[in-house]
Amino acid sequence: MSGIRFSKEHEWVKLEGDVATVGISPYAQEQLGDVVFVDLPAIGKKVEKGKELAVVESVKAASEVYAPVGGEVVEVNAALGDAPGTVNEDALGKGWFAKLRIASKAELDELMDEAAYKAYCDGLH
Amino acid sequence: MSAPANVNVNTDTISGNRGLMIEEPLIFEMDVKGRSGVDLPDVPQHKERLGSLKRKGAIGLPGLAEPQVVRHYTKLSQKNYAIDMSVYPLGSCTMKHNPRLNEKMARLQGIADLHPMQPVSTVQGALELIDTLAHWLKTLTGMPAVAMSPAAGAHGELCGMLAIRAAHLAKGDARKRILVPESAHGTNPATAASIGYEVDPVPADERGRVDLAAFKAKLGPDVAGTMITNPNTCGLFENDIVDIADAIHGVGGYFYCDGANFNAIVGRVRPGDLGVDAMHINLHKTFSTPHGGGGPGSGPVVLSAALAPYAPLPYVTHGANGFDLVEHDDGPDGPKGSFGRLKGFHGQMGMFTRALSYMLSHGADGLRQVSGDAVLNANYLLACLRDELTAAFPGTCMHEALFNDDFLEGTGVTTLDFAKAMIDEGYHPMTMYFPLVVHGALLMEPTETESKIGLDRYIGVVKGLAKRAKMGDAEYFRGAPYHTPRRRLDETLAARQPILRWKPEETKQAAE
Repeated sequence: MSGIRFSKEHEWVKLEGDVATVGISPYAQEQLGDVVFVDLPAIGKKVEKGKELAVVESVKAASEVYAPVGGEVVEVNAALGDAPGTVNEDALGKGWFAKLRIASKAELDELMDEAAYKAYCDGLH
Repeated sequence: MSAPANVNVNTDTISGNRGLMIEEPLIFEMDVKGRSGVDLPDVPQHKERLGSLKRKGAIGLPGLAEPQVVRHYTKLSQKNYAIDMSVYPLGSCTMKHNPRLNEKMARLQGIADLHPMQPVSTVQGALELIDTLAHWLKTLTGMPAVAMSPAAGAHGELCGMLAIRAAHLAKGDARKRILVPESAHGTNPATAASIGYEVDPVPADERGRVDLAAFKAKLGPDVAGTMITNPNTCGLFENDIVDIADAIHGVGGYFYCDGANFNAIVGRVRPGDLGVDAMHINLHKTFSTPHGGGGPGSGPVVLSAALAPYAPLPYVTHGANGFDLVEHDDGPDGPKGSFGRLKGFHGQMGMFTRALSYMLSHGADGLRQVSGDAVLNANYLLACLRDELTAAFPGTCMHEALFNDDFLEGTGVTTLDFAKAMIDEGYHPMTMYFPLVVHGALLMEPTETESKIGLDRYIGVVKGLAKRAKMGDAEYFRGAPYHTPRRRLDETLAARQPILRWKPEETKQAAE
């Protein structure tokens, strides 16, 4: 999957035009265990990079999902409401969280590409 | 009987019961129409005045006779695991041993039968009890003031943080940010956020303690204060606490210390000497009051001289005619600054009685031994299990021993599986997957009352399970528990589709 970027907090972001799709990485869902609830932001919410975008709850813990890039929420994955397990099954695809109209493309450059992220994860525990 | 059991014998019972492991239906499923524990006479001739308040549907209570109700709840209580049965590795967070003397004191008629609305002149003994307990709490913590009314630890946090906010607002300085380390209790950031502060997390260092450099880097004139748990949630003492206190005071902020783990230092360290401005004390954790299903929480908050004027109402004072209860803030010179009332009446009187009973029966030297024994027991666990499990951090611990899941790596066994296998061994599992800063955490707090014999037995089981996991018996662990009334529960489904209330229709649908 080209063009995908990852944050150190294990969110991924993929840009199409000026709309960025955001989710959590396969590593993150693996660490969380079975996801049981996702609290998604309201459409129209403006969020800064690094601030809380959503909350994901698993059998082990509740964790914040930080916005890997700043922007305005234009769409959320409402299907996660009935099927939060999609995050476990397809973290990079159908398990996306929200779409943001981003303010600055430069913020994406601060994130890791797939290879750099893999190396980062290998370095963790 | 020396002959081996015949493996071909079908051991299923007719009843579904297995010895004393009784299959018990829900009380609603035992409903017999018209059955009742008491015979009430028919309602005499009367004119109905209920109007729209008249009940339209069935009340929905099951009909049972008294012996059935007694049996039902007795059987349920026998399925419970409790501190009164065996080692409870969840430790004082949930409940430690409740000395029965405390219970006897709380049931004294002159205390148990009081009403909080009684005239002050008729409850002098109760006020003296509150005042004496307050004196002990102030003396043990080295703090000049204490708010007694908070109804639990988190309520105490709210009290302390409201005092900090009131102190800033009194100076016309509406600060926005609270620094909360990752090694703090989860309630700390929640409390700060709930009263409108922005929570700024401070990372833990490789020692499992606050990263002092990172802490200092985040300081600024907009920082209202910090909330730090000490000993922290990794069971470690925050060695840099005095530097942290100095640093936060240096920018005009206040130091909230979460005193939940005061049980590890009581009688040895006075938080007032460390520079703390506010700290709650969970009476159940340090002073052995019942908790959880056993009784309400109680979280008195000790306050520094800087925060004392903002303490909540009411409080006990020494008046001209004995003890008095101050319920209003307006003195002769106008309001004194209290941020107001936190709860109805004067605090958890039953818990106050038990905590004071614990203090007086132990004495200052006894309380010092309590913290000493709690720390000794935890370190005994840590030392005995260190080679078979993997300690999360080097060195000794305070009142709880923390392990990570490195020892399970490559075995296919998870912390969850390990915990389930402990149930089969007759032990309540330890805290697992918390604190979050430790991978696959297994957190054990034996508390001070566990004997060496009891600990050795527990250690033997944990070590044995660790060996079994390493021998490649992952299948066994994945299937555990085997000997419980129900096997492994589907926790994921339960969390995704929680059924919070029993309803007849739902039961029928679920059975289909």
